[in-house]
Amino acid sequence: MEASKVIHAIYTDDDVLMNAVKAVKAEKYHIEEIYTPFPVHGLDKAMGLAPTRIAIASFMYGCVGLAVATLMMNFIMIEDWPQNIGGKPSFSYIENMPAFVPIMFELTVFFAAHLMVITFYLRSRMWPFKKAENPDPRTTDDHFLMEIAVHGNENELTTLLNKTGAVEVNIIDKEDEH
Amino acid sequence: MYTFSNKLKTFSFALMILGLLGVGYGFMTSHKSFEDVEAILAEEAHHGGGHGEEAAHAAVTENAHDTHATENAHAEDSHGTEAGAHVDEHKKHVEHVQHQIANRPWAALYVAAFFFMMIALGVLAFYAVQWASQSGWSPVLFRVMEGITAYLLPGALIVIGVAAASHFIGHNNIFVWMDPEVVAHDKLIQGKSSWLNIGWFIVRGLVFTGGWVLYRQFSRKFSIAQDNATDDKNFKKTFRISAAFLVFFLYTESMMSWDWIMSVDPHWFSTLFGWYVLAGMMVCGITVIAFISLYLKSRGYLELVNDSHLHDLAKYMFGFSIFWAYLWFSQFMLIWYANIPEEVTYFVTRIEDYRLPFFGMLVLNLVFPFLVLMNSDYKRIPWFVVMAGIVILIGHYVDVFNMIMPATVGDRWFIGIPEISAVFLFAGLFIYVVFNALTKAPLLAKRNPFVKESEHFHY
Repeated sequence: MEASKVIHAIYTDDDVLMNAVKAVKAEKYHIEEIYTPFPVHGLDKAMGLAPTRIAIASFMYGCVGLAVATLMMNFIMIEDWPQNIGGKPSFSYIENMPAFVPIMFELTVFFAAHLMVITFYLRSRMWPFKKAENPDPRTTDDHFLMEIAVHGNENELTTLLNKTGAVEVNIIDKEDEH
Repeated sequence: MYTFSNKLKTFSFALMILGLLGVGYGFMTSHKSFEDVEAILAEEAHHGGGHGEEAAHAAVTENAHDTHATENAHAEDSHGTEAGAHVDEHKKHVEHVQHQIANRPWAALYVAAFFFMMIALGVLAFYAVQWASQSGWSPVLFRVMEGITAYLLPGALIVIGVAAASHFIGHNNIFVWMDPEVVAHDKLIQGKSSWLNIGWFIVRGLVFTGGWVLYRQFSRKFSIAQDNATDDKNFKKTFRISAAFLVFFLYTESMMSWDWIMSVDPHWFSTLFGWYVLAGMMVCGITVIAFISLYLKSRGYLELVNDSHLHDLAKYMFGFSIFWAYLWFSQFMLIWYANIPEEVTYFVTRIEDYRLPFFGMLVLNLVFPFLVLMNSDYKRIPWFVVMAGIVILIGHYVDVFNMIMPATVGDRWFIGIPEISAVFLFAGLFIYVVFNALTKAPLLAKRNPFVKESEHFHY
């Protein structure tokens, strides 16, 4: 087990936090993680995080849903047992398509929505009975916490973070989980 | 202040003159004599592989979607009745086609007139919604919207004028219920004649137009007065009249769609027709707001409009395109599913005679904007939005075309000189009126309580 050190800077205001992030980025330090009680607009941009691709995933899931609906009803209604139900034309898919559109629409939405949510859970590692990864319980209420890895530059970092308006700066020995 | 560039002015005049010439040409070539039409039909039958007059007549009758003619033709074919009835039938068919050919320039003019009127009306409704909802993003676009709605007065009067002229000058070339000869033999129209009669039609049209234009005049007046006011009195007044106008608008828009569009098929009715027309006019209106804003911005007049405003407009284009398709499909699917003969003829004629425009407009109005405007980044690129907007406008022109033409010219439709010229004519007039109105007031609504928010709008 190798122990590594991280520095935790705690802020009480999201504006101060944003300015601190910009100051830390300007000094070319790598921010490991930021814990906030609510979404802070523009934080991802200030941290330089890559934009999410979940919308693209959702679009593809929607296409899958549309394909499932089409193939399913084409097989059931047209190929397997093309009955005459109330005079609806079951000779080809296109002829009876208006009747299938509500299902095609709903399954597209269903797949796009649910698979996207599941993707979100997987990518952000969220599931029931998951152990919460919260370094400080106050960050779920009214505090903001910035975590920066320390590589022998404790003093510089501490002074920088104190200057940015942090109310607390703690150096923590982190047990490496791996 | 915006100054109307001479280039654009010349362009609008050129469009109007070109359009006028084409419309005139359309009217001159549409009056065919009985013999001319006979010759045309014989010619068409030859191309279709017919042999001589007999076959030509049968083939053409078969093609005509006039059910009576088709039934009678069948009866004749199977029983071989005497020549007298045959000649009579032939005469009726030729006259039917003759009438359709004569309708074409009227219908072309009417479709284009309605299309541009509907843009102005859609923008007015959108404008009222922006006020009533106190939206914070749109005030920098208010003057553009006010400029576009300046076309509403001439536009709506032209629509009513063309409809009335088709009765008083023409031979009831657009609305069949205006023809007393037809009404005398038609029980269904007789039952509706307390609503569908020319006097009441014109009065209703003027009432609708009067209400819309009244709102437009006053909201514009208060909006300009607010520029130099010391308090927000004008803002509050506009807020109130906008809310009242929206109530008035939803009723009158619905009735307008029955009068000006649905009544070309006086035997047919649909309950969600008003909303369907509304969705189309909103899409077109928002697209034109985006176009004119981008044009003015590219000329350096709207510096405060940023790509977030464009993004919002493009989102509305996207959303309303889907809303339009939802209503289109709801109307189509309900009628297709129930397949009640008196309702379904509406779609039967369209699918048989207008297959390409009928399904093509679905691609233009739904599939294309859906795929193109889905990506958030693309909605901020001006040329991308313009390209999608052009497709949307063409698609909605075809939509109006599909609503009017099958009832007036039937299978004799074509998008040729009369149609394109009519679009040119009204496009020129639209550009002239709108850009002229834009020069009348500063392009930024100063002192609007939300204009600061709008200037810094960022999505």
